[in-house]
Amino acid sequence: MNEDKTNLTQAEIELAQAEIELAQANPWDELRAHTSARIALGRVGCSLPTREVLKFGLAHAQARDAVHRPLDFGELKQQLKAEGFRTLQVHSNAEDRQTYLLRPDYGRHLHDDCRARLLHELAAPELAIVVADGLSSIAVQRHALPLLLAFRERFASDWANTPVVLAEQGRVAIGDGIGEALRARLVIVLIGERPGLSSPDSLGLYLTYRPRVGCMDSQRNCISNVRPEGLPYAPAAHKLDYLARAALRLQLSGVALKDDSNLQDVAQLPD
Amino acid sequence: MPYQTTVGALRYRFADLKTLLAKASPARSGDYLAGLAAVTYEERMAAKLALAEVPLKRFLDEALIPYEDDEVTRLIVDRHERAAFAPISHLTVGDLRDWLLLDSTDSATLAAVAPGITPEMAAAVSKLMRNQDLILVARKCRVVTAFRNTLGLPGHLAVRLQPNHPTDDVRGIAASMLDGLLYGSGDATVGINPASDSLPTLMRLWQMMDEVRQHFEIPMQSCVLTHVTTQIQAIEAGAPIDLVFQSIAGSEKTNASFGVSLSILREAHEAAQSLKRGTLGDNLMYFETGQGSALSAGGHHGVDQQTCEARAYAVAREFKPLLVNTVVGFIGPEYLYDGKQIIRAGLEDHFCAKLLGLPMGCDVCYTNHAEADQDDMDTLLTLFGAAGINFIMGIPGADDIMLNYQSTSFHDALYLRSVLGLKRAPEFDAWLARMAITEPSGKLREIGRGHHLLQQLPHISGAA
Repeated sequence: MNEDKTNLTQAEIELAQAEIELAQANPWDELRAHTSARIALGRVGCSLPTREVLKFGLAHAQARDAVHRPLDFGELKQQLKAEGFRTLQVHSNAEDRQTYLLRPDYGRHLHDDCRARLLHELAAPELAIVVADGLSSIAVQRHALPLLLAFRERFASDWANTPVVLAEQGRVAIGDGIGEALRARLVIVLIGERPGLSSPDSLGLYLTYRPRVGCMDSQRNCISNVRPEGLPYAPAAHKLDYLARAALRLQLSGVALKDDSNLQDVAQLPD
Repeated sequence: MPYQTTVGALRYRFADLKTLLAKASPARSGDYLAGLAAVTYEERMAAKLALAEVPLKRFLDEALIPYEDDEVTRLIVDRHERAAFAPISHLTVGDLRDWLLLDSTDSATLAAVAPGITPEMAAAVSKLMRNQDLILVARKCRVVTAFRNTLGLPGHLAVRLQPNHPTDDVRGIAASMLDGLLYGSGDATVGINPASDSLPTLMRLWQMMDEVRQHFEIPMQSCVLTHVTTQIQAIEAGAPIDLVFQSIAGSEKTNASFGVSLSILREAHEAAQSLKRGTLGDNLMYFETGQGSALSAGGHHGVDQQTCEARAYAVAREFKPLLVNTVVGFIGPEYLYDGKQIIRAGLEDHFCAKLLGLPMGCDVCYTNHAEADQDDMDTLLTLFGAAGINFIMGIPGADDIMLNYQSTSFHDALYLRSVLGLKRAPEFDAWLARMAITEPSGKLREIGRGHHLLQQLPHISGAA
């Protein structure tokens, strides 16, 4: 077989290449160095080449799976326990994924039974951590634990008693009810963000001082796009540490709390 | 005033006009979320039957959102032209559908009657129309606008080139812009959604686009889709601003949640007019809208999302815009759940806007948590081509890497031109031919490595 290939004439090689290259390439693919946008895709007639249609289809499939594949809470709980975290589990008022997508208000509310249970739990010493599936289970499965470990290294607290609450079918505001029930000074919600085509696994971090049911979005600080290809764990944990310390010190969060983590040390903040 | 109808033994009663409109609206998740939608299929049809009997004059007497409470209502009432309304003033909503579909109701008739039609009348009649009706009537409406080229001519389709980048990297944006121009896109506008709102960053974007335009003498207009107050600041700082962009909605409260009012829009419009940058016309506003924004902002006043959307068009037409764009699937499945709802909403928005005299385009799009995919976008895109839409979006590979959603691509525009024979804005088309990007037929040429644009544009933006 190999011998046959090496014996191909030049004309035969050219013919074979022409068959492969039905698509007209664009001679500006080096500009991809400046953007991850889908430029210089080439064309067949006026349409996308098969290769690009399939690439796009695969990316969309992954984003869809991120939304619809349920998070394996059991596995995550085991992993957290193995690392010495104190875990609890709750769910929102949205009973399934379809309800979750149609009724954002249900996903924001901690179920009454869960609230009653949390009220009997040991109060949060300072922080309550919430890990919610949100719109990307993949993001949480991949990045929640490494991010928490990186944050624990930086942020000194009574970690043995700090509750890490796994929240099923949760949106960001579910952290308000959880933080309130656990009497936390500060709640940090780790949640799967709405998946993009090129980023199905972005984790979002939301921080709310004095969490109470009814807190407004303007009372939160957000760190977005946490994943190795976006904002990696170490700088994300650095920002989170900065914001958490600043929020506790200034006793506020949200628009009044600026993320100057790249500019100054939290110790230099005015009281 | 209550409205009622009887179906068999059951009498349906609707407390007021806004309830009737909401119950008559085709099913969509946002109206269920708001608690406004019909509860049964029969109730929805009963509402449509009752709505068909409502005289158009009734809409002039019963405001959906009180005149005293809402500047959009005041705008609608104060700008209504009785003389334009006269030819249809004797009709009911059901009659209006019939009248719109008559062969004798042609483009000129529709243009003449437009100032007499309120957004609520347009929304009402759309609720009685099937998708093919929405396409047929919209196709008869002609809205031509101009700045540095002419948009909206019959048989034409323009593209907004959307070269977004997640960190506003000028070289990255220029790379996508070049890609689009070489694919024959950009006649509607080159419009960047910036990630940042810092003025120095935005200034670089305006300057880069203007340098490219001047260097290659492109008959196009550029835009940075940042908040209108930032654009006013930028004009004062000397930015080369062609089009002024703003998202708008159909109630004063919702607009306030966007940080705008009619007076702020007037100020921006006047500031941009004073620059006198348009060569062929002075339509220079670019508005974006989309069903669901009013509910999302808590500013819907119990009015269904499609009617709220139509009311936003009253705000738009006050400013004689170059472009209006409904970003139909961007908001998510809690407002438009799936491909069917997105397609229906897109056709409604296009119809209502055209009927009201607006140069309507559409961002045919969806998010990854909606039940939709590229096949649904192909369907809506093709229907819009048939309906005579003014413009669509062009994004590299239909994947917006900054806003994280899927829209339409440069290739999609070529597809639509190919199957329906749609041309680009004539001035832009001539430029493409001069630049040897297209053949005289409008088809793309093969672009070689030595092409003028490819050689020079990256240097202008500092990409080389």
